[in-house]
Amino acid sequence: MAYKHFEAIEKHAGLLGILIAIMVSIGGLAEITPLFMEAHSLKPPPGVLPYDPLRLAGRDVYVREGCYLCHSQMIRALRFETERYGHYSTAAESVYDRPFQWGSKRTGPDLARVGGKYSDQWHRLHLMDPRQLVPPSNMPGYPWLAENKLDAADIQARMRTLRRLGDPYSDADIAGAPAAVQGKTEMDALIAYLQGLGIRNEPVPKSTATPMATSQGGAP
Amino acid sequence: MPNTEYYNDKVVRQFLLAAAVWGIVGMSFGVYAAAELMWPALNFNIPWLTFSRIRPDHTFGVIFAFGGSALMGTCYYVVQRTGHARLALGRLAEFTFWGWQLICVLAMVTMPLGITQSKEYAEPEWFIDLLIAVVWVSFGVVFFASLARRRIRHIYVANWYYGAFIIAVGLLHIVNNLALPVSMWKSYPIYSGVVDAMVEWWYGHNAVAFFLTAGFLGMMYYFVPRQAQQPLWSYRFSIVNFWALISVYMWAGAHHLMYTALPDWVQSVGMAFSLILLMPSLGSAANGLLTFNGSWWRLKTDPAAKFMVMSLVFYAAATFEGSMMAIKTVNSLSHYTDWTIAHVHSGSLGWVAMITIGSLYAMAPRALGRPEMHSRGGMELHFWLHMMGTLLYVGSMWTAGVTEGLMWRATQPDGALTYGFLDSLIAIRPMYLIRWGGGLLILAGMWVMAWNLWHTAADARAHLIKPIPVPIPEPVPHQVPAPLPAAG
Repeated sequence: MAYKHFEAIEKHAGLLGILIAIMVSIGGLAEITPLFMEAHSLKPPPGVLPYDPLRLAGRDVYVREGCYLCHSQMIRALRFETERYGHYSTAAESVYDRPFQWGSKRTGPDLARVGGKYSDQWHRLHLMDPRQLVPPSNMPGYPWLAENKLDAADIQARMRTLRRLGDPYSDADIAGAPAAVQGKTEMDALIAYLQGLGIRNEPVPKSTATPMATSQGGAP
Repeated sequence: MPNTEYYNDKVVRQFLLAAAVWGIVGMSFGVYAAAELMWPALNFNIPWLTFSRIRPDHTFGVIFAFGGSALMGTCYYVVQRTGHARLALGRLAEFTFWGWQLICVLAMVTMPLGITQSKEYAEPEWFIDLLIAVVWVSFGVVFFASLARRRIRHIYVANWYYGAFIIAVGLLHIVNNLALPVSMWKSYPIYSGVVDAMVEWWYGHNAVAFFLTAGFLGMMYYFVPRQAQQPLWSYRFSIVNFWALISVYMWAGAHHLMYTALPDWVQSVGMAFSLILLMPSLGSAANGLLTFNGSWWRLKTDPAAKFMVMSLVFYAAATFEGSMMAIKTVNSLSHYTDWTIAHVHSGSLGWVAMITIGSLYAMAPRALGRPEMHSRGGMELHFWLHMMGTLLYVGSMWTAGVTEGLMWRATQPDGALTYGFLDSLIAIRPMYLIRWGGGLLILAGMWVMAWNLWHTAADARAHLIKPIPVPIPEPVPHQVPAPLPAAG
């Protein structure tokens, strides 16, 4: 092949820049555009509702504290994974997760279906000091969560922003937020969120006898 | 014609200093985070000292603060030397320096306070992201404006890599960080769930590709021939590798999401392109290594060359490993384990840090007006500390990762799992201790480098150095496109 074509690129900075931009764009466009189109046609399955105010607050605490750095929320479609953690995760379960919480490293176990596996009290003690309950654990304690009260106005602002991004919150949902988080701490919110994982975002409608009955995880 | 033009080395020196400082800061966070995984009580129940809050400070600190400062500094140095022209837009270049330092300080302070987007490697909140976008575009303007005023018509290959690094990182940063703010301190990404996952790992993977690979290959293509004192092994081979590398890398991001809820075809495309990626990666490494053909004896006397050669060996090894880990079967074992941590660090400590340190040792005396670094013994010591630390780190994390992977999948004859999750954590505890020790050695090496640079900069600190005049070449009617390969 004629080298002179390359020579032209190598002597013109503008041409080099434009060609670089084209070459690097192709791969991303080819992989992300179809997903976008798919995501737009994908409706959340019945039963999967956006996070209620308390769980939303809890999810944001989970995100803020960086829990995703040690805990994944993605059960891979492998037998030893489903054996340990339950049914493999589906795309529909994370439609309301901004950002997604699939994680990339498990220093601790996967949490995609941790909801209902432990009592609220267990979570509370564990988050205060993990080694009271699990002596060999290397998870840090998060005692400050029990002291931080939730701010209702802030959560309403968050719900309004999420509605602008397309999450179907009604005016009543937003108006009901202050009552739902009244007197609750970040610890309560985080526990409500954890107790809903794998239960409240399940596409398949569950029977009423779920362990949710034992949780204080806010009204839907 | 009187020579009135001088190289702008002030901004280069500033970035050099920043790189040394951020290297120590970023790696200190890493050592502390590693210690917390061993002794979790080390967070003393203080939110901003907790592992999950400071881990982004480690990654941002070493990648964007240390790596970014080193890349921008060497980029400004290389574009001037290869173009025989002073850096364009001096004021804007100065702005990129102070802007980037401000970004690093803001990010490193806000993230432990919980002001974070919590997207891996893109943690800083929206207002910092906007600042990053502004500084990055300015950086690109300075770079391309400097290219535009070059006196050597042919653009040397190092500059293509720097150019690709600037363009691609700008694109990745903007697309991945699109978000709607709730308040000053909180925003939500416009993507959710599976799309967010794909965008995030398209970004995350290509941050590795263009920040940690293309940028540092730019460094390599200038400083390796410079240190070997002979031309690149094959200039045409570098062209092939360049276009292959930048176009193939962008397809491979999906290998971070194997067996997840991402559509299967995207996973398969990601795996296929990751395997194709072997060719340009090994090609670039080979091109760098073969450049030393005929001057291997330099390794006996020049620690900077030693750093460069080892960096290329690690580059070849880490990219080979990366392609293997992208094979679905291998990934089912390696994913979510410390093998990933081993892989990242053989790339970052082995390839990125070593090529940076080698290049800094090569560039610093020239930018600081000295014939050579203050202490050769210090460079030697740094090399061995870094080398030992990297091997301990990577070796222990490989062992830990494979142990975890095998324990998680072990089943008894009746199909029940053999081990609980906690068993795997207990099994790898000793490896966490060894990793921490390796990290300490590497950090000690960085202190040695800082000490060495401080003394090398004695003249610069006393304002004794003179700016270096630009050698203005005679006009050449027609240039031969590429230098000939080295003999032998």
